[in-house]
Amino acid sequence: MLGVSWTSGSLDRLSATLLIRAAACESWRLIVTDSADIFALMKVVYLSYTLIAISFIGYFSLRVTRAGPTNPGAKKAFYTWVTCLVCLGVGIHVLTFNKVPWVKWDLTRDKQQIDQEFEIAMAEHEFLLPSPKLDIGIGNMVRFNVTSADLTYGFGVFREDGSMMFQMQVVPGHDNDLVWLFDKPGTYTIRSTEYSGPRGEGLVMEDVVIVSGPKYESLVAVEF
Amino acid sequence: MLDASRLTPLQRVALRFAVISLLFYGLCIMEGMIMRGHQIDFDLMEADHYFALMGAHPMVGIFGSSFMLVFGAFYFLVPTLMKKSLYSQKLAEINWMTMAAGVLTVWLAGFLFRYGALYTNYWPLPVTEFKPIALLVFATGNIMIMTGVVIFCYNIFATVFHRRDTEEPVGPLLMSAVGIDGFVNIYRRWRGKKVEEPLMPLPLVAIFRGTIDTLLDAVVLGGISIVFLIHAVYIFTGEPLPTDWFDALVYKNIYWWGLDLIADGLVLIYVAGTWYLLAGLISGRKLYMENVARAALLVELVVSWNVWAHHLLADQAQWNWMKILSGEMVTAFELVTSGIAIFVTLKTLHDARPLKMTPQLKFLLGGILGFSLGVPAGVIQADLGMNRILHNTQWVIGAHAHMQLLVGLGMTLYAALYALFPMLTNDTQLKSKFLTSFHFWAHLIGGIGMSVCMGFAGMDGMLRRTIYGAEHPFELEMIGAAFFGSLMVVAYLAMMYNIINSIGIRGLVGIFINLPSDQGQEGDEVVATA
Repeated sequence: MLGVSWTSGSLDRLSATLLIRAAACESWRLIVTDSADIFALMKVVYLSYTLIAISFIGYFSLRVTRAGPTNPGAKKAFYTWVTCLVCLGVGIHVLTFNKVPWVKWDLTRDKQQIDQEFEIAMAEHEFLLPSPKLDIGIGNMVRFNVTSADLTYGFGVFREDGSMMFQMQVVPGHDNDLVWLFDKPGTYTIRSTEYSGPRGEGLVMEDVVIVSGPKYESLVAVEF
Repeated sequence: MLDASRLTPLQRVALRFAVISLLFYGLCIMEGMIMRGHQIDFDLMEADHYFALMGAHPMVGIFGSSFMLVFGAFYFLVPTLMKKSLYSQKLAEINWMTMAAGVLTVWLAGFLFRYGALYTNYWPLPVTEFKPIALLVFATGNIMIMTGVVIFCYNIFATVFHRRDTEEPVGPLLMSAVGIDGFVNIYRRWRGKKVEEPLMPLPLVAIFRGTIDTLLDAVVLGGISIVFLIHAVYIFTGEPLPTDWFDALVYKNIYWWGLDLIADGLVLIYVAGTWYLLAGLISGRKLYMENVARAALLVELVVSWNVWAHHLLADQAQWNWMKILSGEMVTAFELVTSGIAIFVTLKTLHDARPLKMTPQLKFLLGGILGFSLGVPAGVIQADLGMNRILHNTQWVIGAHAHMQLLVGLGMTLYAALYALFPMLTNDTQLKSKFLTSFHFWAHLIGGIGMSVCMGFAGMDGMLRRTIYGAEHPFELEMIGAAFFGSLMVVAYLAMMYNIINSIGIRGLVGIFINLPSDQGQEGDEVVATA
């Protein structure tokens, strides 16, 4: 069961929300609440992996041109390699399912306890919002229901620095809903994340999502 | 210099495919660089022009360049490796002309009529947002391309099974072609029985196997184009057909099922086949774990038909079980099948050391590096958590697609090109080793650098089909991508100069046209004979 708890204390200096901390049950767990933090980590992982792969092929290129012993019976290494790939391929999904909160929010979104809900329509390359600004309280679980009357669009929420917080596709003739927990105050921009022809180029509404509330002196911990 | 009059019909048709492919590649990278410029300075062109360019770019790159080079190489390799004649030389000639004309028609739909529904063509965008003439020309061009693809598949299958030159029964040949004998041999070895030599060489199994997906992809994309054509005709009559008869999500599933077969049918399987071929040629050895590699190709048949849902992870109306099963879990096995191909190829090379670092070996290792970087990037974006941000961003098209296409597929195809060049040109040698080496390094650094820059922009959420205004937050990454992209342009020019300088303008023209015999050359021959 997913719930939201508030932990008081002087943790507001920790702007990064990728933390390892002691939870109430005194066990250590990974708490992630912001997609920006995950991708900050992923940049390091991706760059490291790229350099390792380049180095390995470089090393192999040198080695293959030099005489030396070979190991014709490397079947054990082969099957170990295949096992590692299977574990890695499946493991990444198991990891994100358990550690990236919005995966569970998404898969169980019909059962989520929703604090705020917004109905948004899209047609003729325009967003039709229920109000000029979408005011959201910090810590609220919000559901966005977005429908399209004509084309396939996208619905994405972007931070002030231009980075993306989340998105979904908006397919005509279907319900397109997404839930998200806003844990930081700020002003956010809505942009269509799917190409809908050259006329869809201006499908942006800047600074229309306002997340505010009590002074942010607490850390949102998402417990599973 | 190449004496085109001495080319066999098989060599000639393979070279025709190759030349057209390289010309289309030049057009493709030029388009890419124009778009790169526009990403930095938004004033280069109007939005409809930009998106028409973006729509034509992958069509030219995939069908005009990659497919053409692959088809040319396989038209030469399949009969040569099987020691059989090509089923129909005439069909092969019709094939390159149909494909080239189709790609040019699609390109003109964008250039003249601003067709810009991009390669995804999400329903009903192509029908409602563009002029009927643009839709008509695009659909016609796409149908021509897919007809060419079907001709290729038919000709290859017919070459494998025709019995003009051999008496091999069709049943065992078919079992061998799809890789079943790989499983049988693994079982026999496990039971301690004698392992039988497979009927078909492993690279041919990969070609056959990939061609099944290529055919299915052509049926889906060709079928969709017929729908476009019918709509265009009705719009012309003044009574446009309604668009709600086709559910947008069902369309997306069907379209992506077909489109994804390009990635799995052509890119992964054909590339594995080319690696196996090159590893055998370079090492002069039998492939390591050959039966497992054969069996893996059959497994890939199941995998490639069931992975399309990773393109719909951001579609909330898509069933969750389909996202998890097809989009995440089955897709993860792409990592396994490509990992097996990498291991088998590297181990085969390693067992034959010391090897000389020839251009084909260099490019082969570059291609393996490209897939080592591009495939994991694809598995990462095919994750429900990561896809919530990465979907439709520069990550998808940069760190994954361009890394695989330009570095992985591109360098593998260049390896095949450098390996086959003497065979196709009667031992004509490339004049400059320096230019070959320069081509390698500039393409490798340029391809990886550009893809990584795009990947970094994608991780921050830079969309891939969006024009950003001046001084956008991703400008630094786009300047980096443009710099590395320009390296690939220089690499291409170096390669083209080297090839044309080696075969000569006369040799190049002679590939397409029967030129009158050169008096001087005849005189030289007479002197040499005397």
